[in-house]
Amino acid sequence: MFDLDRWREIFQSINKNRLRSVMSGFTVAFAILLFTLLFGVASGLGNFFKSAFADDAQNMMFVRVWKTTKPYKGLQTGRAIQLKNTDYNYVTEEYEDQIQYQSARIYKNFSIKYKNEASTYNVRAVHPDHQFLEKTLMDEGRYLNNRDLREKSKVIVIGRLIKKDLFGEKPALGKRVNVNGSSFLIIGIFSDEGGDNEERMAYVPVTTVQMMYGNNDYISQINLGYNPNLSTDAAIAFGKKVERNMRKRLNIHPDDQSALSVRNMAEANKFVSILMFALFLIIGFIGSGTLVAGIIGISNIMIFVIKERTKEFGIRKALGATPGSIIGMVVQESVLITTLAGYFGLTLGTYILSAIGNSLEEQYFIKDPSVSSGIVIGATVVLIISGLIAGYVPAKRAARIKPIEALRAD
Amino acid sequence: MIRIEKLHKSYPIGKDSLHVLKGIDLHIKEGEFVSIMGSSGSGKSTLLNIVGLLDIHDEGDYYLNGQLIKDLNEKKAAILRNKFLGFVFQSFNLISYKTALENVALPLYYKGMNRKERLKVAMDYLDKVGLKDWASHLPSELSGGQKQRVAIARALVTNPKVVLADEPTGALDTTTTDSVMDLLKDINDEGMTVFVITHEEEVAEQTKRIVRLRDGVIISDTLTKAAKAL
Ligand SMILES: Nc1ncnc2c1ncn2[C@@H]1O[C@H](COP(=O)(O)OP(=O)(O)OP(=O)(O)O)[C@@H](O)[C@H]1O
Ligand SMILES: [Mg+2]
Repeated sequence: MFDLDRWREIFQSINKNRLRSVMSGFTVAFAILLFTLLFGVASGLGNFFKSAFADDAQNMMFVRVWKTTKPYKGLQTGRAIQLKNTDYNYVTEEYEDQIQYQSARIYKNFSIKYKNEASTYNVRAVHPDHQFLEKTLMDEGRYLNNRDLREKSKVIVIGRLIKKDLFGEKPALGKRVNVNGSSFLIIGIFSDEGGDNEERMAYVPVTTVQMMYGNNDYISQINLGYNPNLSTDAAIAFGKKVERNMRKRLNIHPDDQSALSVRNMAEANKFVSILMFALFLIIGFIGSGTLVAGIIGISNIMIFVIKERTKEFGIRKALGATPGSIIGMVVQESVLITTLAGYFGLTLGTYILSAIGNSLEEQYFIKDPSVSSGIVIGATVVLIISGLIAGYVPAKRAARIKPIEALRAD
Repeated sequence: MIRIEKLHKSYPIGKDSLHVLKGIDLHIKEGEFVSIMGSSGSGKSTLLNIVGLLDIHDEGDYYLNGQLIKDLNEKKAAILRNKFLGFVFQSFNLISYKTALENVALPLYYKGMNRKERLKVAMDYLDKVGLKDWASHLPSELSGGQKQRVAIARALVTNPKVVLADEPTGALDTTTTDSVMDLLKDINDEGMTVFVITHEEEVAEQTKRIVRLRDGVIISDTLTKAAKAL
């Protein structure tokens, strides 16, 4: 295949007939450009979806409750549902195998005060696993641990923005703040990719809040991270099962969405992946359609070119070119033009995508559109094969040229 | 060198077939300088194409360099052409985007010679036809006579056994015709077998043997004065 002389012959013929070569490459360059842009935009869309959920664990699901909207077993509608520690224990023990992370959540609004600075903040009373479920990133200190929970310690992990509000640039770790009248020790400061709301927030142990504020065993919500080894479908089924059993347990009508529901990231994941799959299918369809058009275009122009070069091929044959060498030459020329044109389209496309960058994120939900190196390698293979296909028919024709007919003095 | 016995060739034309060569017997020994004459359509080019392995005969036997030419596939024919035969055409048939030197070197490319060597050999042959200074010119920059001399250099470059020329002077004026014929005579003097088709008596007279065709048969086969003078 690597015959320097043949490459030289081909380069010469392309170079001496530039317009013709550019014309035949144009459709393929265009096809690849289009494909690159579509593909980049689609993956940008995918990136957006992914990052939209990125501040929480991908395998998160939670059980939340509200009021009944359907009568059930003699209980009327409008009954408020309350989750308790026993429910939390039931779920976490019953489904231990399917669960990676587990945490209860109690929503509170507490005033937090340090010296003269005070404000009211959302405070979540949680278990240690909550850090992973919410993807809380520790900037300083540590998160809540099991000992805090066991000892019902008065410790608090505050968001980056609470620290900024109360302490400014001064250190906050190890300081005490007044939370709703009690003194709490700041053990950690965190940030979160979920935005400002998530960073103007504090975490305290579930047990501490239950003891100090109400002395009950109420919780607002149960958050779970399902076992990441579960397939998406299995995870969805798991969520449905938890939902069913919890409704039964709390005497809720099996179809009462409002009273108790399980929100499952697996469903969102599945939706996104189906959406992306459909999108890439459409793009693959359009892309391969244009590529096929490009191949046919190159092939047609080359057939035309072969006609134009009939005399040249006749001469070459008279001088000792075998049909094989003619076929090789035409096919190689086709592969070269296709690949060069394709790379031109690919490079142009990648350049345009990188110029777009994140500028379309706000309006069009396209984040960091790009083509992976896998695609580039794939494209190379596809282009070479395309060139082979495009060159085949013209090459056959060129090889069939009879010198006596080509050389007849006319 | 070339031995043809009872050679027949017909071209199919629609349902009919045109019987062009009707039993040709011809023997050309190594070192001969033969011209073929005959009216248009008498089958001269057909004969030359068969001799040049560009076409296939229907009946009879053809031996080239002692080898019976039969059931040749295209690849074998191409290799034999490259090895034994050099072609010169009326319309020169140079490749337009290649320089004179590259045109001359092309048969050596198909012979598998490396680039450096073949350009060197090609330059020697260009020198031989007196066009060394024109090596880097494209055919479009050469006169008819120069083009034909480039074509002759190309025909000679592989050092073939036979040079076949179909009306090599057909497109040239008298002066250039003479220079081309002088060149062919020189080649023949060096021992090369040369086989020329021509319409011009003056050209034929400069060869050593004239074969006349009419309607696909040889009507005369005579030595010229030039040959007798030797
Ligand atoms: N490929 C072909 N198919 C059909 N007929 C052909 C073909 N080649 C030649 N002929 C016919 O065969 C006959 C002989 O042709 P040929 O070219 O051998 O003549 P020629 O003697 O070389 O004539 P000229 O002096 O005009 O070149 C002509 O009638 C021509 O039309
Ligand atoms: Mg003729």
